[in-house]
Amino acid sequence: MFYREVGQFKTSYAADQQVFPIRQDRVGVVVILLVALVVVPWAGNDFFLSAIAIPFLVLALATIGLNVLTGYAGQLSLGTGGFMGVGAYACYKLVTLFPDAPIIVHVLLSGFAAAAVGIVFGLPSLRIKGLYLAVTTLAAQFFFEWCFIRIPWLYNYNASGAIEVPGRSMFGVMLTGPSASSTARYYTVLLVVIALTFLVKNLIRGRIGRQWMMIRDMDIAAELMGVRPLHAKLSAFAVSSYLCGVAGAMFVFFYLGAAEPSAFSVTLSFQVLFMAILGGLGSLIGSFFGAAFIWILPILLRWGMPLVGMPLPSETVTQLTSMIVGALIIVFLILEPHGLARLWQIAKEKLRVWPFPYA
Amino acid sequence: MDFLHDILLRPFMDMAGQPDFFIQVIWEGFVAGILYALIALGFVLIYKASGVFNFAQGIMVVFAGLTLVGLHEKGVPAWLALILTIGVMALLAVCIERFVMRKLVAQPDIILLMSTIGMTYFLVGLGEFVFGGEPKQMITSQLGLPTGSTAVEMGERGLIIFQHIDIAAAVIAIIMVAALAVFFNRTRIGRALRAVADDHQAALSVGISLNQIWAIVWFAAGIVALTTGIMWGARSDVSFALEIVALKALPVLILGGFTSIPGAIVGGLIIGIGEKIGEIYWGPLVGGGIESWLAYMIALIFLLFRPQGLFGERIIERI
Amino acid sequence: MMRKSVIVGGLLAVLAASAAVPAFAEDSVYVPLFSYRTGPYAGSGIPIANGMSDYLTMLNERDGGINGVKIVVEECETGYDTQKGVECYEQVKAKNPVVINPYSTGITLQVIPKAGVDKIPVLSMAYGLSAGAVGDTFPWVFNPPDTYWDGASAIITDIANREGGLDKLAGKKIGYIYLDAGYGKEPIPLLEDFSKKYGFTLTQYPVPGKEMQNQSSQWLNIRRDNPDYMIMWGWGAMNPTAVKEATKIRYPMDRFYGIWWSGGNDDAAAGGDAAKGYRTMNFHGVGKDYPVIQDIKKYVVDAGKSHVDPAKFADNLYNRGVYNSMLIAEGIRRAQEISGKKVITAADMRDGLENLNIDEARIKEMGMEGFAAPVKLSCSDHSGHHKVYVVEWNGSDWQKATDWFAPMTDVVRPMLEKAAEEYTAANAPWPKREEACKSN
Repeated sequence: MFYREVGQFKTSYAADQQVFPIRQDRVGVVVILLVALVVVPWAGNDFFLSAIAIPFLVLALATIGLNVLTGYAGQLSLGTGGFMGVGAYACYKLVTLFPDAPIIVHVLLSGFAAAAVGIVFGLPSLRIKGLYLAVTTLAAQFFFEWCFIRIPWLYNYNASGAIEVPGRSMFGVMLTGPSASSTARYYTVLLVVIALTFLVKNLIRGRIGRQWMMIRDMDIAAELMGVRPLHAKLSAFAVSSYLCGVAGAMFVFFYLGAAEPSAFSVTLSFQVLFMAILGGLGSLIGSFFGAAFIWILPILLRWGMPLVGMPLPSETVTQLTSMIVGALIIVFLILEPHGLARLWQIAKEKLRVWPFPYA
Repeated sequence: MDFLHDILLRPFMDMAGQPDFFIQVIWEGFVAGILYALIALGFVLIYKASGVFNFAQGIMVVFAGLTLVGLHEKGVPAWLALILTIGVMALLAVCIERFVMRKLVAQPDIILLMSTIGMTYFLVGLGEFVFGGEPKQMITSQLGLPTGSTAVEMGERGLIIFQHIDIAAAVIAIIMVAALAVFFNRTRIGRALRAVADDHQAALSVGISLNQIWAIVWFAAGIVALTTGIMWGARSDVSFALEIVALKALPVLILGGFTSIPGAIVGGLIIGIGEKIGEIYWGPLVGGGIESWLAYMIALIFLLFRPQGLFGERIIERI
Repeated sequence: MMRKSVIVGGLLAVLAASAAVPAFAEDSVYVPLFSYRTGPYAGSGIPIANGMSDYLTMLNERDGGINGVKIVVEECETGYDTQKGVECYEQVKAKNPVVINPYSTGITLQVIPKAGVDKIPVLSMAYGLSAGAVGDTFPWVFNPPDTYWDGASAIITDIANREGGLDKLAGKKIGYIYLDAGYGKEPIPLLEDFSKKYGFTLTQYPVPGKEMQNQSSQWLNIRRDNPDYMIMWGWGAMNPTAVKEATKIRYPMDRFYGIWWSGGNDDAAAGGDAAKGYRTMNFHGVGKDYPVIQDIKKYVVDAGKSHVDPAKFADNLYNRGVYNSMLIAEGIRRAQEISGKKVITAADMRDGLENLNIDEARIKEMGMEGFAAPVKLSCSDHSGHHKVYVVEWNGSDWQKATDWFAPMTDVVRPMLEKAAEEYTAANAPWPKREEACKSN
């Protein structure tokens, strides 16, 4: 009843092929964009923007990156943290080598460095599959971590071995560095994420995305039907790493403010993988759901537990959070292995047939 | 030219120049390799029987060690603590089977993998909640394990130091592997286990209880984890940082194959000795610390030529 | 479908439960402590967190706070994780903290640029960015009583004293084993500079964070190189493992030096009897025989208001936490004197810390005679480069092994200033100091 596409006729190919063919979806997207662009910056305080909204968006982008690889092209990767790190360090190098170019350009370019190394570490995927591949992507993860520590050129021979974000402005507004307001940082991240999500959405609808899905569903069959695995797999690695790289650059430049190599550890890889899986593999909206769930839930728990129960010491809250998150993850995997995206789909079905349970 | 000399010749000259030290390096690599092999063994047991890639093996090592030491700290005598810990691992195995594995039957690999990472989060929280986050000293001597070391003199000023605990680790690992081999080949449950590993449905149809087998396998992995926890705990101490050490077992797995027990052991030794030699003789050329990824690289290159690992079953794909 | 709606319902309940920030009373100051009682570094983090909160609690219990102003202590668990560090910072920022104690070099580096903008002083006691001691460049950063570079120079001084002079260092071999992160890298420039200046060879053994408990390669290398002295910059699970490995290769423990952060009781105890002679730097008293520690026992521990395990009460890192909190409390007291207000702001706190002057009389008054050495900061010197001493492990406890002696301030200070310049160049545009130097 609320979500019924009956009566929406398409009279041209362009209309039939648009990104959101259903009117309700279009309205929904506009509403979400309005909320993200107007309501959140207006209503959110500093803590909400800097500690929740910005990292949520950045990690959602990383999750989309991983989803391209794992959800659409079916190649399991545990090296997301490493690729994010490559993006971050590339961006740092670019910013310090070319201080005059706008920061947005740096962020977007830094993704290409990640894409390049992504292709190199994607090569084994032509021979190795499944869990074996997952373990080999850990090689990339640990190798990058070692590089961030051992190659001083990457952090400009900084004595502390960390990368620090210098202040940069665009159109007279500080975007990075300590004096950038959380609203400015939020808008930058939001715009990049919206633009890239839209781009990925179209990639997936197109020829290349279909090739990825064929490879995922059955690579030998896909090969027999004329999909070149080399081309399809490596392009998936490249696009995925690009997105992760941009996410990593934004993670440091708009969220952390300074980073040690340990910021891109295997823990981050797992975190992003959880976001992708709990959100739903092979779903873009799921990537946002998953990122929200994994990032915001622990913060809510840490925050909410002392309010509802007795005042617990901070370490107990952390331990309980860890237990609850772990248990919830398992519960979720059991109840809905297809992730939050699937729940969303079910909800839409319900809305369509409401008030009748079957139709 | 100097560079080539450094890579190709110097390391070997170093090895020949100080043979006692070279033997020491091999010994240290051997001991580390045994411990990697033990962790890998835990992975293999579970993967063989249920197709689950158990990321929680690392935290099980910590959890088992922590329970043992934590109980002893609370005043339980060492032998009783050991028995109780074995009981806890059995309980854990039953719970995992009952509440997680049974519900996730026939899910894709990645879902099973993620569920074990979920378990890791849970066990990290639980372990810290119950026993606190401080690192604890392993109760080596209370358990009757040897401490101290023996130095063997060699030549003029050569010296090789053998830690007794390392020797004990090697012996216990060998006993353990032998026991597992006997268990797999000579007992009723062992045969059922192998049947399950071969074909779940066929095993079910001849009346083998999958649930029971899985609980047993997780328990066996728990015992392996406890042994690893004791041994590694005696080398450093029992803390949550140990969990990360378990990641070292992953290249061992790809090298040896996910389903092969001999593979885990041979792979463990190759990786253990290989990475020590690599780190000591070639590491300084690039600033050291290459241990963290060298093993993966060895395994990765190896995989390109043999995708199923050293002893893995050949992967046959059908459309 | 039922169970699915249960999940959704549960999520909503959690969402709803998280509202409202707890409010604080008018006549109190808010002191957040970033602590880590969980994770791989908990072994070092727990005693420090206990010591810090216990001293402040003791002041509340015994004196009713500082000049009648209660201290609201709140711990934010970081797990030594930089992501959580940012979260903690943003979380406490909203509650008007007077000072931030990051307790992690990584988090300190993140917080330093923000602190100047948000006007919150950062007290990184003997850790963090060494260059932070230059108050003209970093008005909001304080690292008393000593920087890492002071610590490294003090270790070299002690080695030189044992060898019979700095000139005797020529031709010696000194090994440096460190946690391969910002923390462990901090003293390297100084050590490299010294090795050129005094003619000793410096060999480095990095220990990656992942390999903290798997150091046999590093120690094999040490055995091969056989340095005359070893210096360690370790933290968390790295320390006990290193001490154990050192005893394994039979390294002479009295030639093995740790920085103050490698001086936990558990760290040394891991090596057993063989660890006797292991030396670490220190800048506060060890043991329980100080009136202040007795007061903490009486008002906090015995009253059941502490987390501390009675067996670990007043061990070395616990006392370090006490010392750190003493600096916080004295900073607040000084800020009250200067501003004339009782409930001070973060800006007042900055003035207070900048004019911190804890002399012998005050130390006696606090019941810290012999526990702490005088501390004096100034507008340009936020560290003070104070005297330190060496403690030695006797198999069961730390014992004072040397008298208090000064680090090589004259050498360190110009290097710090150079490093501060480099930092501002790398982070251009770095704001110029605008805060007036209030002294009275």
